[in-house]
Amino acid sequence: MRELFGRPACLTDEPFLYCPGCSHGIAHRLVAEAIDRLGIRGRTVCVSSIGCSVRCWRNFDLDVVQGAHGRGLAVATGLKRAQPDKVIFTYQGDGDLAAIGMGETIHAAARGEAITVIFINNAVFGATGGQLAPTTLVGQVTSTYPGGRDPSWVGWPIRVAELLAQLPATAYIAREALTTPQRVLRARRAVQLAFEVQIKGQGFALVELLAACPPNLKLDPVQALNWVETKMIPHYPLGQLKPAKGAAR
Amino acid sequence: MQEPTRRVLMKGNEAIGEAAIRAGCRFYFGYPITPQNELLEYMASHLPAAGGVFLQSESELAGISMLYGAAAAGKRAMVSSSSPGISLMQEGISYLASAELPALIVNISRGGPGLGRIAPAQSDYLQATKGGGHGDYNILVLAPASVQEMADLTVLAFELADAYRVPAMVLGDGIVGQMMEPVALPPPVTELPPKPWAATGCEGRPRNLILSAPYTDAELVELNRRLQRKYAAIRAREQRAECVLMDDAELGIVAFGIAARLALAAADNLRERGYRVGVIRPVTLWPFPETAFRAYPAVRAYLTVEMNEGQMVQDVRLAVNGAVPVHFLGQGGGYVPPVDAIEEQALAILEGGLAR
Amino acid sequence: MKREYTFAGFGGQGILFMGQVLAHAAMFAGFETSWMPSYGPEMRGGTANCSVVISDRKVRSPLVYRPDLAVVFNNPSLQKFGPRVKPGGTVLMVADLIDGGPDRDDVAVYPVPARGIAERLGHPAAVNMVMAGALLAVDPTVTPEQFEAALRTVTPAHRLATLGANLQAIREGMGFVTARRQDRPATGGGGE
Repeated sequence: MRELFGRPACLTDEPFLYCPGCSHGIAHRLVAEAIDRLGIRGRTVCVSSIGCSVRCWRNFDLDVVQGAHGRGLAVATGLKRAQPDKVIFTYQGDGDLAAIGMGETIHAAARGEAITVIFINNAVFGATGGQLAPTTLVGQVTSTYPGGRDPSWVGWPIRVAELLAQLPATAYIAREALTTPQRVLRARRAVQLAFEVQIKGQGFALVELLAACPPNLKLDPVQALNWVETKMIPHYPLGQLKPAKGAAR
Repeated sequence: MQEPTRRVLMKGNEAIGEAAIRAGCRFYFGYPITPQNELLEYMASHLPAAGGVFLQSESELAGISMLYGAAAAGKRAMVSSSSPGISLMQEGISYLASAELPALIVNISRGGPGLGRIAPAQSDYLQATKGGGHGDYNILVLAPASVQEMADLTVLAFELADAYRVPAMVLGDGIVGQMMEPVALPPPVTELPPKPWAATGCEGRPRNLILSAPYTDAELVELNRRLQRKYAAIRAREQRAECVLMDDAELGIVAFGIAARLALAAADNLRERGYRVGVIRPVTLWPFPETAFRAYPAVRAYLTVEMNEGQMVQDVRLAVNGAVPVHFLGQGGGYVPPVDAIEEQALAILEGGLAR
Repeated sequence: MKREYTFAGFGGQGILFMGQVLAHAAMFAGFETSWMPSYGPEMRGGTANCSVVISDRKVRSPLVYRPDLAVVFNNPSLQKFGPRVKPGGTVLMVADLIDGGPDRDDVAVYPVPARGIAERLGHPAAVNMVMAGALLAVDPTVTPEQFEAALRTVTPAHRLATLGANLQAIREGMGFVTARRQDRPATGGGGE
């Protein structure tokens, strides 16, 4: 019997422990599929971040290095500079990458470190219970700003992909959403491309994946996906902010 | 006189860099801060030629995490900084300890607290020897007192860090960092210990995990137990001290790093005047060389001399355990104890009947 | 045997370099030695000084509190370090940059018009080497040959063009002091 659908070799048989409707499971799978398809499992190292995906090492059947909160891209820089022939990727949320880790993020991108970044943007701090993130939308209710994000008080949400796309050493920057099958297929291509860019030595590659966090949005899973579609995508437009050299747009 | 061995005259900071390269360190990350810039610049100009990687990090936070990454890859790697920068690195040092990664951190310390000044100081003793960051951990701390030791203890730090899978620190100050002395450089290391635990990609083997946090509470308890067993082994085997003129000493001066050189000068002068004074110089600050103190039951008082407000005094008192009084001479903020001040204080203790 | 030296002047007068050459020469001669730059608040104040210790056994304190010999290049340095020289010690001073001399009679004083000598040689930057020559004339701890070998080692590749001028300056400094000592043999040079 031919297997049409199965668990990628890069995933362990540990169940995902994420909340119902959380997008991390899909994102994990896309990463694992890309590594499988490219045949790079044996030379890939994952840098996990701090947040809901802090224990992604349970699910990725890969060498994994757990970095400190926000320092993922500095850890990845050390790993990559120490072994340039290996494939290094970070898996980071918006708090980790864009709040406490923004310095490491911008400088790794500015140096053009040949690292693949999978950036999960769900507009909220998930693991700590729904506090304001740098990507929280204007008016969005969080546990630290129950009246909604007021730009006059805490500023505007940061468009990370646009920010990094301006830097000359970034090689590929894209944003996709994990809301519908069509969008997931687009995201799948983007994730794979982000690894291919590294393998070709083109520079820094980042895919921002808009993700749903139902419990912290106080929505059910379907409502949460709709919220990403109708609220997040208008603020965070999808597509290639910086296309990779020689790749189809 | 004939030159005994081939020696070169080097600054202490440069000797660390050259010794690190000879010890097989090929990865250096750092951020500029005085008084350790000679080391940063030495690595910038010499490491690439040795086939290594020099990277100026955007901050000490990033630098220590780059070190964490290179160490996780199984490489000999180092950072260097000075006190305020080392404070920023404490998060990463705690992570290195928890993930059991060998790595070298050099602190050419300066006066604090806060920004402080670049004058030489030993005010980071407690931070260095009591862990420094959060959690129950220790790091190896080696305190060179000469340019030769800047080189030798750098090599030793790498060796011990690898042997025990712990971070190690070379703790110097602006004087040993910037002075020049002849140094016989260590021979280049040709073979490094294997690191089968490193995160290099899982080709042909089960995956390796470099984790700071285990999955369960019970596993975290077990990690702590394992670390404590390791620290007990280090305490048992790796204490190092230099004891000079101690055999018949009535008064033992305890000092580390450059302060010990001044203490030795004072002890020499006092010996010339007939006083029985010796010096115990801790070379490892952690583990503190407490067993050295047991070899000299004739000592009737100790005087610790430090370039801080008395941070090592408590370790000396614990080592002596109340048997004899422990006096203190020192000051924070860039004070270098003059030799005659040490003599004067020692004389006051000797002539005061060696009592508290 | 232990000899302690202090070199002091303005930044840019080659004070630190001069001390480094002496320390190198001492190492080549088989001695233990240390070189210590001025450190701390003074470092940015426009003055430069360094200490050198030469000994036949391990140097204890690299910090020099009371030098056997001080070489001073300006008035503030004379005021600061002149009083610290050990009784019986030596003060070498750049006479044409300093007014007067140390206010004490228990040290040997050698005023050397080093700036004039260096300018006459057409190498105005070589004041420090004129003073080094003066030092070699009064202090036998290292030989002129050892000092010259050290100078060749320490001079960076991009400054090798200065080597000849510096060697000439050393000879002039030595010659000046040697001639004066023959005129006035009473002054002692050592501190032992």
